[in-house]
Amino acid sequence: MRARLPTVALILYIVFLMLPIYWLVAMSFKTTNEILGGFTLFPQVWTLENYLTILTDPTWYWGYINSIIYVTLNTVLAIAVALPAAYAFSRYRFLGDKHLFFWLLTNRMAPPAVFALPFFQLYSAIGLFDTHIAVALAHCLFNIPLAVWILEGFMSGVPKELDETAYVDGYSFPHFFTRIFLPNISSGVGVAAFFCFMFSWVEMLLAKTLTAVEAKPIVATMTRTASTAGYDLGLLAAAGVLTIIPGAIVIYFVRNYIARGFALGRV
Amino acid sequence: MSLEFQAVVKRSGADTLIYETSFALAATGFNMLLGETNAGKTTLIKMMAGLDRPTSGRILFKGEDVTKLPTQKRRISLVHQFFVNYGHMSVYDNIASPLRVARMRDADVKRRVGEAAELLRLEPFLRRRPGELSGGQQQRTALARAIVKDSELVLLDEPLANLDYKLREELREELPRLFAGRGAAVVYATSEPTEALMLGGHTATVSKGRVTQFGPTSDLYRSPDDLETARVFSDPPINVAPVVKRGHEIHLGNAAHWAAAGTIAGAPDGDYMVGVRPHFVTPVPHGDASAPLTGKVLITELSGSESTAHFEIADRAWVSHSHGIHPFRVGEEHDFHIDTTGCIYFHADGRRVMV
Repeated sequence: MRARLPTVALILYIVFLMLPIYWLVAMSFKTTNEILGGFTLFPQVWTLENYLTILTDPTWYWGYINSIIYVTLNTVLAIAVALPAAYAFSRYRFLGDKHLFFWLLTNRMAPPAVFALPFFQLYSAIGLFDTHIAVALAHCLFNIPLAVWILEGFMSGVPKELDETAYVDGYSFPHFFTRIFLPNISSGVGVAAFFCFMFSWVEMLLAKTLTAVEAKPIVATMTRTASTAGYDLGLLAAAGVLTIIPGAIVIYFVRNYIARGFALGRV
Repeated sequence: MSLEFQAVVKRSGADTLIYETSFALAATGFNMLLGETNAGKTTLIKMMAGLDRPTSGRILFKGEDVTKLPTQKRRISLVHQFFVNYGHMSVYDNIASPLRVARMRDADVKRRVGEAAELLRLEPFLRRRPGELSGGQQQRTALARAIVKDSELVLLDEPLANLDYKLREELREELPRLFAGRGAAVVYATSEPTEALMLGGHTATVSKGRVTQFGPTSDLYRSPDDLETARVFSDPPINVAPVVKRGHEIHLGNAAHWAAAGTIAGAPDGDYMVGVRPHFVTPVPHGDASAPLTGKVLITELSGSESTAHFEIADRAWVSHSHGIHPFRVGEEHDFHIDTTGCIYFHADGRRVMV
């Protein structure tokens, strides 16, 4: 019986955390009339109408596709650039390496809004406006430093003697890096990729500023629908649910590694 | 001569890690690098492996200049002090990896891995990951990877230092057998003089970035060229004290004196340094050549059948190491005897007194 109080506290906490998510899911199965009509705990009339609209209307589902394209592009780019950079920071000493490492992090301290205007002008000037790569590159500004920071921590956990042993065994550098080194820091790559994915997925301001039609992300679609077609709340709730799902899937795969990332003090 | 250092110097920034060094290793058998931590043993090994380039000087391998040859192209093996294995591969794949990189046929790989595994008694563990093995087995895996290549130069950087006492003893006994008949030159870095004596072969004493002497191990132990070599090659540390030669007598201050014998007998009168290994300083006299002296006992260590006593004569610390248990009382005066046949004499600059 001694466990009762902690159990109750835990249940209360989980309810507190889950309530908004439950409410979102419940709303997504209601009609807009029911949402506006009163306060109901369960949908009185279950409807899949909202989900059907999203999955059949190109202006809706292209929002998801656009988001997934630039988020994936960004994650691949950020990891590809961060891997060699983090290796250099963890294995070599060079002039100003510590300052450079710190400066990389300071990039994360400025709010995205600071960069929205210069990015808009730059991308418009070189014809990258409203493309997936524009958003992917813009997000690299935040995600590369983060990925370098996370990967450097994991790489420094691998002793330099491993590199030396591999060279002695006859491995060339590229061969060593892909066959020996990467498998040793695979969890680090997973954690870094997760955070790149997450930041890029939830970032709205830059993504919205740098796109118009062709590469419009789901977060932008959601806000625009709210203003043009009145308040179609059921539809918005369904869109919200679908926006949470990719993040939940990704976090499921890296859940065990993130704890290590925290333990390294790098997340 | 398999490996030769010619006037090799290694600097890192303002620090000199290795001062000008020249030596040629024995072509087969064990070449011990004996020195304290940070003496420069690992730096020497890294240059031998090609993982580090000398700042100046040349390194020859079988008469060929390999100073700038990358590690991958040298026919060498290396085992570190820490147990370094490829954690994501099985023990079998670990041992096979140098052969596979060299594109050896699968049948040959299998045969050679099998031989190496048998030699190191790793057969039951071939399918496991190194991380699931004990420290001793992990180091055996690393050793198997080193011998499977049949390289002409095998570098072992304190391979037993991180093992438990028992495992260390066990593996040390096996090591000579592993490399016997392979025709490989083995370089073995260690900080323990006893290890150098047990594995035999040749020894280079390394101290503060200098190779003080290189030669057959027993020669180095019995007749070191200089005081630094004697210091490095003594455990417990060698007793060193200033002495004065007057006529046919050697005077250790007012504490003791004895007849000059051996090379020192022919040397002119004057100031010298004497080095006496602790087992030549005993509580019981040793034959005719014993010189008695009295010191104040500071610390005693009794280990089973041996006694070690640290004592003080004229503010200088001495160590006595002897068989049997002796009733030392800390803080009290005790009589000791120097077996003067074990005395090694040095000039003030550290060179040994030669004939």
